[in-house]
Amino acid sequence: MELTGNQLMFIIFSGVIVLFSILTVTTRRILRAATYLLFVLISTAGIYFMLNFQFLAAIQLTLYAGGIVVLIIFSILLTSHISQKFEPVGWKKMILSALASIAGMIVCITTILNYKFSANAAIAQEINMDVIGKSLLSYEHNGYVLPFEVISVLLLAAMISAIVIAKKGKTQQEK
Amino acid sequence: MAFSFSIYDFTSFTQWIDKSLYAAMPPFWALIVEMVIIGIVFLGFYALLGLFLVYAERKICAFMQCRVGPNRVGPFGFIQTIADLIKLLLKELIFIKNADKILFNVAPFIVIIVSFLAIAAIPFAKGLHAMDFNIGVFYIMAVSSMGVIGVLLAGWSSNNKYSLIGAMRSGAQIVSYELSVGLSLITIVVLAGSMQLSTIVEGQRDLWFIFKGHIPAIIAFIVFLIASTAETNRGPFDLAEAESELTAGFHTEYSGIRFAFFFLAEYMNMFLVASIAATVFWGGWMPLHINGFTGFNHVMDFIPPIFWFFGKSFFIMWIMMWFKWTFPRLRIDQLLTLEWKYLLPINLVNVLLMALIVLMGWHF
Repeated sequence: MELTGNQLMFIIFSGVIVLFSILTVTTRRILRAATYLLFVLISTAGIYFMLNFQFLAAIQLTLYAGGIVVLIIFSILLTSHISQKFEPVGWKKMILSALASIAGMIVCITTILNYKFSANAAIAQEINMDVIGKSLLSYEHNGYVLPFEVISVLLLAAMISAIVIAKKGKTQQEK
Repeated sequence: MAFSFSIYDFTSFTQWIDKSLYAAMPPFWALIVEMVIIGIVFLGFYALLGLFLVYAERKICAFMQCRVGPNRVGPFGFIQTIADLIKLLLKELIFIKNADKILFNVAPFIVIIVSFLAIAAIPFAKGLHAMDFNIGVFYIMAVSSMGVIGVLLAGWSSNNKYSLIGAMRSGAQIVSYELSVGLSLITIVVLAGSMQLSTIVEGQRDLWFIFKGHIPAIIAFIVFLIASTAETNRGPFDLAEAESELTAGFHTEYSGIRFAFFFLAEYMNMFLVASIAATVFWGGWMPLHINGFTGFNHVMDFIPPIFWFFGKSFFIMWIMMWFKWTFPRLRIDQLLTLEWKYLLPINLVNVLLMALIVLMGWHF
C-alpha cells in the first residue's frame, strides 16, 4: 500500500503526540512538562485540521494551547524556581505505574480492535461557522441552547467565586 | 493551462502553478513541492520585510526626534539594516550555564513560528492567499494567542530576575489585551456576517467596513489599534522589555541570531496586526469603492490590489510607530486599568451596538 500524504501527516502527528505525552510525565522539570504538554495539544489540533474540522482545531488552539497552557506556565512562573527538580521516582512506584498504564493501554487497544469501524459514506465537508453558531443557539430539534446556557451559568459562577476569593485575601491583610 | 499573469488578479497565475505541478508529478509530491514553494516565498518575504521595517522604524524614530537616522551605509543609509543583519548572524551565541537549555533554545522558535502560522491566512491580493479558512479571523486569533508562551518560556528559562519580571509583565499584558483584540474583530464579524477573510474582503466591494459600520466600526478600530499595539509588546506598552528598568526584559540573555528572532518576530507581529486591521476594517486589497460613483470606482480600480493592501498596512504600521515614539511608557497598573476598566466594557457595549445596527439595517 502506498503512503498517502494524509497517512504520512497522521503518522507524524500521532508520533509527536505519543513521544511528548511520555516526555510530559517523565521529565523532572515542571516547566518542561508544561511545554511538552503544549506540543501534545498542538499536534492534536493538527489532527483536527487534517480531518478538515477547522473550528474544533482553532478551539483546541485557543482554549488549550493558548489558554490553559498559558495559565499553567504563568502559575509555574509565579511559584517555582529554575533550580527546582522533582525527586527521581522509586523503582517500586515506577513498576506499579508502568503496570497500571500498560493495563490501561491493553484495555483501550482491545476495545478499539474489537469494534468494527465502518467507513462513513457521507462526503467529507467543511463545517460552516454559520451552522455551528446557529445550532449552538437553536432551541429546536438538535439545538444546543440548553447546554450552552448551563455552561455560561457555570462560567459566571466560577468567575464570581474567583473574584470573591481574590477579595477575601485582601481585606484580611488590611486587618 | 496557458501561462497568464496579471497584477490585478493572481488567481489565474497561482492556478497555473498548481495545474502544471499536478500535471508534472504525482499528487503527493506536487503537494509537497507546493508547500515548499509557499514556505520559501514566506521566508523570503519575512526577511525582506523585516529588513525594510527595521530601516523604516529607525528613520521614522529619527524624524520624530529631529535626527537624521541611519545615513552612512548606502544611499540614505538604506543598506544599514543589511549590515546589521550580517552583524547579528556573525555574533557569538552565548550559552548560559544555569539556564534551562532546552526551553532557552525553543523559546525564540515558538515566537517566530506563531507569527508564521498566523501570516498564512492573510489575503495579500486577489488570489494571493495561502490558506482561506472558513474561520479565518478565529484562526488568526487562536494561533496568535500562543505567541505569549515563547515570551514566558524565554523569561523563565534565562534564570535572570529581569527576564522573569519582563515575562510576567508581558504575560499579564498579552492575556488581557487578547480579549479586546478578539472582541473588536468580532464587532466587524457581526457586520460582515462571516469569519472567512476572503468573504470579508469581498463584502467590502461597495464600501469599506469602517465606513459601512460608521460609529461602532470606528470605535472597534480604535480599540483594536490600542489593544494590538499592546499585544505586540510595542511602545507605549513595551513593559516586557522596558530598557530603562529591565535591561531588555525577557530577551536580556539572548544574543546573536536568537535575539534576532525575537526582534524579527516583533516586527512581523506588527505587520500581522496591521494587515489584519487593513483587511478587516479598511477593505484589505479591495480598492476604495463608493456605491453609485462608477467613474470614481473605475479610477480606483487602476491601482493594483497589492498596492492597496501594502499601502494600508504600512499606513497603520506608521501610526503604530508614531505611537511608540510619542507616548511615554505606561505603568503596569495603568496598563491593566486601561484594558479591564475602559477598553473591555467599551468593547462589550460596542458589540451590542453593532448587533443593533445590523439588525435594524442602519449601516450603509
